[in-house]
Amino acid sequence: MVKSFLEKAYVAIIFIFLYMPIVVLMALSFNASKSKATWGGFTFDWYQKMFSDGLIMDALTNTLTIAFISALVAAVIGTAAAIGIQAMRKRQYNLTMGATNIPLLNADIVTGISLMLLFVKFTELGYHTILLSHITFNIPYVILSVMPKLYGLNKSTYEAALDLGATPFFAFRKTIWPEISPGVFTGFLMALTMSLDDFAITYFNKGVGVDTISTMIYAELRRGIKPEIYALSTLLFVTVLALLLIVNYRSAKNTKS
Amino acid sequence: MSRKLIELDHIFKSYDGQMILDDLNLYFNENKFLTLLGPSGCGKTTTLRLIGGFETPDKGRILFEGKDITNLAPNERPVNTVFQKYALFQHMTIAENIAFGLKIKKKSDQYIKDKIKYALNLVGLNGYENRMPHSLSGGQQQRIAIARAIVNEPKVLLLDEPLGALDLKLRQDMQYELIRLKNELGITFIYVTHDQEEALTMSDTIVVMNQGYVQQIGSPEDIYNEPENAFVANFIGESNIIDGIMICDKCVEILGVKFECVDSGFGTNNPVDVVIRPEDVQLVEPGEGMLDGEVTSLIFKGVHYELDVMANGYEWLVHTTRMVPVGTKVGIHIKPFDIQIMNKPQFSDEEALTTDE
Amino acid sequence: MNKPHLATPYVVWIIGFTVLPLLFVLYYGLTDASGNFTLANIAAIADPIHLKALWLSLLLAFIATTVCLIIAYPLAMIMRKLNLSKGSFIVMLLILPMWMNHLLKTLAWQLLLSNNGIFNTIFVALGMEPVQMLNTSGAIVLGMIYDFLPFMILPIFNALTRIDKDVIDAARDLGANSLTVFRRIILPLSMPGIISGITMVFVPSMTSFVISDILGGGKILLIGNVIEQEFNKTFNWHLGSGISIILMIFVIASMSLMSRRGDKEGGAALW
Repeated sequence: MVKSFLEKAYVAIIFIFLYMPIVVLMALSFNASKSKATWGGFTFDWYQKMFSDGLIMDALTNTLTIAFISALVAAVIGTAAAIGIQAMRKRQYNLTMGATNIPLLNADIVTGISLMLLFVKFTELGYHTILLSHITFNIPYVILSVMPKLYGLNKSTYEAALDLGATPFFAFRKTIWPEISPGVFTGFLMALTMSLDDFAITYFNKGVGVDTISTMIYAELRRGIKPEIYALSTLLFVTVLALLLIVNYRSAKNTKS
Repeated sequence: MSRKLIELDHIFKSYDGQMILDDLNLYFNENKFLTLLGPSGCGKTTTLRLIGGFETPDKGRILFEGKDITNLAPNERPVNTVFQKYALFQHMTIAENIAFGLKIKKKSDQYIKDKIKYALNLVGLNGYENRMPHSLSGGQQQRIAIARAIVNEPKVLLLDEPLGALDLKLRQDMQYELIRLKNELGITFIYVTHDQEEALTMSDTIVVMNQGYVQQIGSPEDIYNEPENAFVANFIGESNIIDGIMICDKCVEILGVKFECVDSGFGTNNPVDVVIRPEDVQLVEPGEGMLDGEVTSLIFKGVHYELDVMANGYEWLVHTTRMVPVGTKVGIHIKPFDIQIMNKPQFSDEEALTTDE
Repeated sequence: MNKPHLATPYVVWIIGFTVLPLLFVLYYGLTDASGNFTLANIAAIADPIHLKALWLSLLLAFIATTVCLIIAYPLAMIMRKLNLSKGSFIVMLLILPMWMNHLLKTLAWQLLLSNNGIFNTIFVALGMEPVQMLNTSGAIVLGMIYDFLPFMILPIFNALTRIDKDVIDAARDLGANSLTVFRRIILPLSMPGIISGITMVFVPSMTSFVISDILGGGKILLIGNVIEQEFNKTFNWHLGSGISIILMIFVIASMSLMSRRGDKEGGAALW
């Protein structure tokens, strides 16, 4: 009894630790006072002001479009790559998978500066360089979530479909795609969240005047945080929560069927 | 008469409100090969886990040589278990696996070394000391699991469907291996299986279980030849189980025909179940048997043919070494000795005819 | 379905955006402003300020990793005991803060820790002296632990759930008590998870520059801060690249140290 109580208390303490900062941000987003530490009454003002703040809206738009486009492009390139890699011979396979791991394992700051060194040689830094860098670190997440699905795949169904007269595309859509699509979807969502969360790589590859949420907050930190940011963080948290619930619901459904 | 080694005394056990064992009473004698046999969900594995100490009963006692061990942890019990999926320690070598229990008992290095050698020799895997478990085949891993258990010299070895994961040929080899091991070690084996052939081959005593109840206890011959109820008859081998009426002692009416039999004490004009093994149904020329019928199906099974014969509205299952084409008119003859009479079940609980496998 | 050419666009992409940029780092790191070969940018790590930053990075990352391990292991054990599946609600709650923008989370810690922040307001209300918490190494370590703790919990939890219950039963059956079961069975079998947890906490902690910037107030330099400043303040890209090469060497070293017994699935099992 005592043991089980201690265990529950331990879990509770860790959850308090994990959620305390998030709760603080959420509370401050409804705080009428501008103070960081005193409660000045409940308000929705910061949400209103946030939506009419051009800088925040621009950063939000950039963040969302970059995340969505980069995740989508990564999903397409990554899925094709996973199918291709899986068919490679051992030497090629090891080489490609080794290179795939580089952006995952390397320090973000090094990935960031290395891309910047490349980009400044050929182009100006801006929205497009952020996008390219995000696609670069997103593809490996897609590959790593699609590959396990490909290994679990019964390839003879694809061949059987071809044998029965299906075109390769039709055969793919009917036999391979249903098996790997959960992996592609998971990879896409992982890429999306990685992109939304990234700071270090964006920081080095953004041009002047182009900001994402992360780089905007970083700049704000020096000037002093506006309460609108708290409102924004609350919204982001709720969005991520919703995304996770969807993924969870989907995977629960997948394991059932 | 050998002594009672393990006694299960009024055991109740349920999971999530579902009754698995309902007032189970059972004892195991020393130095026997005992088998708990039944379909999945019959409570046989739960019974074994209760003896091993991995579960505690909701009610009731477990006695070992007369001592109450109900609340002893597995590590404090004088029994060892061989698990269905081997449960070898994948991060240890074969030698380390076998030495595990002995090291805990703080045996000397020399003793442990000798024991490993002895055990590997016993299971026919000399020289495997330094291999890792994953480099062994399923059958070899199962032998190691047995070796790991027996070096601790348990008084009882519990085996939970140890051959379930092996293919047919290997399973048959391992059956003989296990009988040999049991005889060499001279300890009690309690063996759980749902495979009736396995049970018949290896056991001294079989306990047939279904839905938490013991259906019959007996030698393989008893269980096969004289099943006590329709469940046992149906579960152990294939049978013709026919409704009959006991007209008087040693006289039973089946499908409107009177048969002579050897059983008595079932009353008069009493409904009973009649069991006739397919190999005991003799085919004779039409008119020369007790019933006439027609062959409706014929399958070659290797050692014998399996026939369906339609006679008096019942489809008889018949095993014969003779090829009888479909459509042949035949007579059916049954010797009195081959007719087994069983009481109809009195409670629906006891009936439990479903074999959910 | 034998189509290796489907990987061609990706192979082109990695050559262009992964391999080539790294070659650029190598080039900048090994040349001076006029393009001549030099080892000076690499040797610059011996500068006391750089050396101190490198040492502090390793030390703080080590402390953060150790604390994460000490917190995470018992938690993962409890989660295993509760028989949680990977997709269960509690596991999801654990993952959730991980997907919150880490700048926002670090910002929240700044609010909690600052001199007129929430903790100190509570302390003063309770009649205690305010404590300087922000802009200390401790604050940086706290930020690292907070940011990376889930990366320690999940691989260990995954490794623990992979341990077959029969194996633990078998050990108990052979006479092992709870302590022996833990020491000889559970701990060694969860080692791959521990290793990948350590890697996934140590490397980002060692290379972080945001946490130290926000919670260290720019006064405490980690190796990441040194690189950042060379690129964005003093604009000495050659020196910055040289130190990046050093950092990469340390990353590779700590990885290969760990990957000898590492768990290849650990990283992919976050979802």
